[in-house]
Amino acid sequence: MGDVDRRSELATTGGRDVDRRSELATTEGRKVVTPSQTVGPFLSLGLPWEDGPVADPDGVRISGRVFDGAGEPIGDAIVETWHHDPPAFARCPTDDEGRWHVVVPYAPYVAVHVLARGLLRHLTTRIYLDAEADDPVLASVAAERRETLLAERTEDGYRFDIRIQGERETVFFDV
Amino acid sequence: MREPALDYPAYKSTALRHPKQPLVYLPDQVTEMTGPQLGQLRPGTIENDLTTEGPVGERITVSGRLLDVDGRPIRDSLIEIWQANAAGRYRHRWGDWPAPLDPNFGGGGRTVTDADGRYEFVTIKPGPYPWGNHPNAWRPAHIHFSLLGRSFEQRLVTQMYFPGDPLFAFDPIFNSVRDPKARERMISSFSMDRSQENWALAYEFDIVLGGRDGTPIEEAH
Repeated sequence: MGDVDRRSELATTGGRDVDRRSELATTEGRKVVTPSQTVGPFLSLGLPWEDGPVADPDGVRISGRVFDGAGEPIGDAIVETWHHDPPAFARCPTDDEGRWHVVVPYAPYVAVHVLARGLLRHLTTRIYLDAEADDPVLASVAAERRETLLAERTEDGYRFDIRIQGERETVFFDV
Repeated sequence: MREPALDYPAYKSTALRHPKQPLVYLPDQVTEMTGPQLGQLRPGTIENDLTTEGPVGERITVSGRLLDVDGRPIRDSLIEIWQANAAGRYRHRWGDWPAPLDPNFGGGGRTVTDADGRYEFVTIKPGPYPWGNHPNAWRPAHIHFSLLGRSFEQRLVTQMYFPGDPLFAFDPIFNSVRDPKARERMISSFSMDRSQENWALAYEFDIVLGGRDGTPIEEAH
């Protein structure tokens, strides 16, 4: 009898837990935001798209590599780019040498997310194709670090390496 | 302090993969406050049933709503998931611990939220697996979730956990989120109501996207 009572009590508590979770709220009454977690080493099971890197076949090619703090390439990262005008989103996982590329419509800059194993939150940066862009964000970056946001013109488009840590560390933004 | 911290020593892979320089504040900018709409994405196959080949494991549905902090649904939004099989093995060349692959389980799925922000996947419950971060380290069972939201700033990749997992206390990735309410947000709830007799158990998982969101308030209807 006692056992039965306790069991029904447990079931009730379980029900309350479910309710509490959907109602999780901040002290301001807004919903608690779902936190970020790493993409882990197996992101290629879920994120790559066959046409992911090519937002516009007639666009400009931007390619580069992603490096860690020891200067080693990161082979389990994914780079995503976005610009609103014209709207174009591209994503490309890195290969074992940390290489990625996208083909996107020309814009003075594109916004970038970098996701990888070992990154508990993604990193946000920008790639400036136009180094002379009169742009408040570029201007807000300390002059000595600004060049980490500038793409280099190459024969087939632009090159942009992402250094997550260490020498010539890429500028990342707090958004 | 934003959570989880990028430099989180208990999770060893963060050591060489976090910026040492402070992040630079980015004021509101139209580029980051907008984001790709569904029609501008090229995801290929949209398949929300990961069990069509008949994998081994405990069949479950995972469903819920994609919401913003005010509880408004985020509709027509792509959700992507990936996970280990029932034995805790990923179909990936780097996943090589002695647990079997399942020839009938790929482990990736995609869907799009409906007008109420609702989504559903059919899958199998993934197993925990060892990962070498520290002696006898095992990840709690989880499903990776990728969300694009309404704007580039709302982008989120997270992991969905299962209620009552005894491995929570030992997992630095789960515990990298220090706020207990936020950690709880990553744990799905078991739903007897949504289970299907003689077919599948059910878990519910609502996802709340933060970030600055530049889209106008949706009209009431």
